[in-house]
Amino acid sequence: MSHDTSAPTIEAVGLRKRFGEVEALAGLDLVAEPGRVLAVLGPNGAGKTTFVRTLATLVRPDAGELRVAGVDALRHPERVRRAIGLAGQYAAVEQAMTGRENLRMVARLFGHDRRRARAVADAVIERLGLAEAGDRLVRTYSGGMRRRLDLGASLVGAPRLLLLDEPTTGLDPRSRNELWDAIRALVATGTDVLLTTQYLDEADQLAHRIVIVDHGRVIADGTPGELKSLAGRDVVEVRARRADDLPALAAALAPLGAGEPRTDTATSRVAVPVETGRAAVAAAVRVLDDIDVEVDDIGLRRPTLDEVFLTLTGRPAEAADEPAETDTRGEQDELVASR
Amino acid sequence: MSTTTVPTTVTAVATAPAAAIEPPAGPPGPVATALTVAGRSVRRFVRTPQLLVVSTTTGAMFLLLFRYVFGGAVETGGIAYVDFLVPGYLVTSVLFTGSEAATGVAEDMEQGVTDRFRSLPVSRAAVVVGRVLAEWLLLTLGLVVTAAIGVAVGFRPDGTALEVAAAFGLCSLFGFAALWLFALIGLTAGNVQAAQGMSLMVFPLSFVSSAYVPVDSMPGWLQAVAEHQPVTVVTDAVRSLALGDPAAAGLDGSTAGSVGLALAWTAGLVAVFAPLAVQRYRRP
Ligand SMILES: Nc1ncnc2c1ncn2[C@@H]1O[C@H](COP(=O)(O)OP(=O)(O)O)[C@@H](O)[C@H]1O
Ligand SMILES: [Mg+2]
Repeated sequence: MSHDTSAPTIEAVGLRKRFGEVEALAGLDLVAEPGRVLAVLGPNGAGKTTFVRTLATLVRPDAGELRVAGVDALRHPERVRRAIGLAGQYAAVEQAMTGRENLRMVARLFGHDRRRARAVADAVIERLGLAEAGDRLVRTYSGGMRRRLDLGASLVGAPRLLLLDEPTTGLDPRSRNELWDAIRALVATGTDVLLTTQYLDEADQLAHRIVIVDHGRVIADGTPGELKSLAGRDVVEVRARRADDLPALAAALAPLGAGEPRTDTATSRVAVPVETGRAAVAAAVRVLDDIDVEVDDIGLRRPTLDEVFLTLTGRPAEAADEPAETDTRGEQDELVASR
Repeated sequence: MSTTTVPTTVTAVATAPAAAIEPPAGPPGPVATALTVAGRSVRRFVRTPQLLVVSTTTGAMFLLLFRYVFGGAVETGGIAYVDFLVPGYLVTSVLFTGSEAATGVAEDMEQGVTDRFRSLPVSRAAVVVGRVLAEWLLLTLGLVVTAAIGVAVGFRPDGTALEVAAAFGLCSLFGFAALWLFALIGLTAGNVQAAQGMSLMVFPLSFVSSAYVPVDSMPGWLQAVAEHQPVTVVTDAVRSLALGDPAAAGLDGSTAGSVGLALAWTAGLVAVFAPLAVQRYRRP
């Protein structure tokens, strides 16, 4: 194809898009190099979907410049469409067709002839581990299988850049893992990927580089490790039995931490960022021995997006840590469809 | 695709079995696009038996209700009510079928299907045309079923075979025109609920017309509206053709004149709403 493969996959300069009162993109700058997986991480309403839809030529920005695969997306959107594959926030597959039929249809719309469309659909369905279910109506698929098929649909045109908007939101952990595997396998074949997510661990699992967006702007940019170190390497978290004890608990844990302890009264937890991981847990246990506080639980975990976010912005990423609306129908289907 | 995009770690990934997919030679032409899109709509319809059953039974139910409940009360100037009703019923049925297309189009927008299609290297106009053609085919099949039910409940057209065929064709053409309006409604609404809300206008359009009762039974101000709206114009033409007699259909003029007016309305609706719908799909 005619695309310049040494050019950055994405070059966005000062992208702005306003919907009424809301500035969904507020001067977003981003350059993505070829051969990498880029995660755009941000809370609900940060502008992730608007950015992806702008890349996919579905939204026209009010201002700014955008090149995708070296093509000016505002001047030649039709050329950009030959270079991208989109899997949006919802699985956009036809329930009344089989998995294979869905992929064949999209393959035809990418421009494959009938015979090639058939071959490509078969190859992709195999690759996604859906071969057995491939001749069943999508209606009978679980939420996770639908998402995988949707991913497949964005692949059949062999796009240079894949755009995945919150590919695992609403999936149960098992389906999420399966989808992660599918995405990793893709990356290994050399497709560039931009994915959005609300979860730091997802970005961590899949991406070489993470860009954190908030209010339509990039507020941090780095490798997963770099970003997490902003909020301390690890977090020790302790749950008190009685909420009254939380101040005493926070005071006792403060000296262990690399930063201020955070108290969550709703869940009776104190979290403190630490540098030394397991050693810090041991230290915490010793400290707790010395004070008269009953503790239900003590643990070590990685920083969450919320904590990175708090460090960066001084305010919590509302709802970013809560699992988004769960696709309960998908989970029920999972039972029906499990082999 | 160039191999320069392969990450250097690729050699370590022994589990990546798949060979790269060859990209297509170029984007598909408009005909292939329209046919592919149409194929989806047709499959969707055929494979959703609930849809078939529900639409056929509601169609039959209302026809039976009108025929047997109103039949005795409506004065239709010398012809049997069933002969008066069925042509009008066929014409308005395309509005009800068409409004389901609006819902389907809006559902696609809600569920990201429209985003996917718009992100593909296809002619967007061809996508809309393919969809409308498929819906038209389905709507015409629905007309056959409804007409058969009409005959089953006693409808006996007196027109020549050619006139009856023309009456049917006119219903179908009017349905084609209406589908463009409903495609526009679905695209503008953007979600199923709003599309259903906007489609409610089908009710006044159907009832304030000559489809179910003679217009001269309405109050004067309503007559003025009813006489000049397309459902009445098309119904009068279809009825006049089917009965083979403009006077029996309550017309002052000739069948040809009334058919001409109906065709003009149909063409006008297409001329207005088809470009608007395509435009709307192209530029959200
Ligand atoms: N089509 C639209 N009309 C009006 N507001 C919109 C539209 N799309 C997005 N927004 C608003 O823009 C902001 C960013 O939305 P979005 O890009 O969907 O964020 P995210 O995907 O990160 O959750 C939100 O406040 C959202 O309500
Ligand atoms: Mg979003």
